[in-house]
Amino acid sequence: MTLLELADVRAFYGRVQVLEGVSLTVPDGGAVGILGANGAGKTTTLRAISGTVRSTGTIRFDGKDLRGLRPDQVAALGIAHVPEGRGTLGDLTVRENLRVGAYKRKDRKGIASDMDYCLDLFPQLQDRIRSNGSALSGGEQQMLAIARAIMSKPRLLLLDEASLGLAPGTAKSVYQAIGRLRSESGIAMVVVEQNANLAFTLVDSATVLETGRNALTGSSAELKGMDEIRRAYLGG
Amino acid sequence: MGTFIQLVIDGLSTGSIYAALALAIVLVNQATGLINFAQGGMAVLSAYIAWALNGLGIPLLLAIVAAVVISFFLGAVIERYLIRRFERGDPDTAVVVTIGLLTLITGFCAWIWTYNNRLFPSLFPLETIQIAGAVVSVRSLGTFIVIVACMLLLQALFLGTKLGLALRAVAINPASAAFSGVNVGRNLMIGWGLAAVLGAVAGVLVAPQLTLTPGMMDSALVYALAACILGGLSSPIGVVVAAWLIGVLENLAAVYVPFIGHDLKIAVPFILIFVVLIVRPQGLFGRKAVVRV
Repeated sequence: MTLLELADVRAFYGRVQVLEGVSLTVPDGGAVGILGANGAGKTTTLRAISGTVRSTGTIRFDGKDLRGLRPDQVAALGIAHVPEGRGTLGDLTVRENLRVGAYKRKDRKGIASDMDYCLDLFPQLQDRIRSNGSALSGGEQQMLAIARAIMSKPRLLLLDEASLGLAPGTAKSVYQAIGRLRSESGIAMVVVEQNANLAFTLVDSATVLETGRNALTGSSAELKGMDEIRRAYLGG
Repeated sequence: MGTFIQLVIDGLSTGSIYAALALAIVLVNQATGLINFAQGGMAVLSAYIAWALNGLGIPLLLAIVAAVVISFFLGAVIERYLIRRFERGDPDTAVVVTIGLLTLITGFCAWIWTYNNRLFPSLFPLETIQIAGAVVSVRSLGTFIVIVACMLLLQALFLGTKLGLALRAVAINPASAAFSGVNVGRNLMIGWGLAAVLGAVAGVLVAPQLTLTPGMMDSALVYALAACILGGLSSPIGVVVAAWLIGVLENLAAVYVPFIGHDLKIAVPFILIFVVLIVRPQGLFGRKAVVRV
């Protein structure tokens, strides 16, 4: 069953058009990558889904039209956006950050067990539970951003450049944790990533964007190692 | 000794007025990251509303409660239809807008109610009681107790409730808060509404002493801002303690430090600010922003 469907999505910053017709299909429980060079429209595609940028075209989640909804309304439907730059709530402690993630939920037991799950998934956060978000390292802030998203008990996770600015080893362990989350929870994912090799450890299929359009779409097995992937990144 | 205790309690009472206004400023700052210079003006308007309702024959306490409720909605409406337009832009612009709002509200009050001093009835009886040999007015004590209650409620709201957590999250990073399902606009309105309520409390507490005029809160605003800097904008308890400190110190300095006297006592909070900003720039109780780069 299709969970998220984008068809011919065009998006604008003011009068500048950034997406020129992007399509994307995410099955329930599936993980789809969005790859491409800088400025190809990867982040904007996620923003169109979460309602933080003006767009036209079709964006349907679980049969509901998302266009025109505010970001908090989109989140309430079960879509958690982990933004580029992590969006850490710096003056709140790690625990408070996680509680903000669970803002829409009322099931105390579920919240408590999800908090335990997050701290088990990212043990580093357990050690920093009373620290302010701003005092965490880049990797820890990325883990916190993902954990905050998990706390909202989403059906779909939008991950934007989770490896950005991290040491290779840290990036790899973050992706391992996301892989574990995926296999244990069945949360569907849209994964925006510069590092195609990292993305392919996680996603079943991917689309490559070039200047705001789908240039290439296929399964991970088909896309891995294709020359077009390399070209899309090098802009050649 | 009796004089000393009397000076301290009177200082705590006037300090409480600064504290209420400072709390309102902290609340808006926590919710929107702005300093609202119109907070004093809004408090005066609230006091006038209570005074007008009382003039219509409504009992004082009921009139004050009604004015407090009206103030909440007024604060929310000001945020939604005026401040919202400037929130995403340059913070300096928004601050200038709040200064403009202060002028507008003061002018509005003067237009409706004129600049004549109006007598505002006190909530507390004009009696005095003896505490440890000092003569203390019930009004001073009552003002002090009301503000302590407000402070504890606010601290509990910020640290102990989901609403408080949402208000703080929205203040720190509205985009992230929205991604977690927090309705940013509604929380901003609530923050401004609560601040207006605190201002209203300050207004009705100070009006009986100063008599009601459109510029009644102008000097209180200066002291409240001083308390915000002293206490640290991130700490509700800190600004209240700072406001009391200002009230008490200026009273004591006026009597015990000969060259200051009553004419120079307004300088006391500013000397304090100087010292604190040099020694502890985050304020006495503020949290130092630790950012890893």
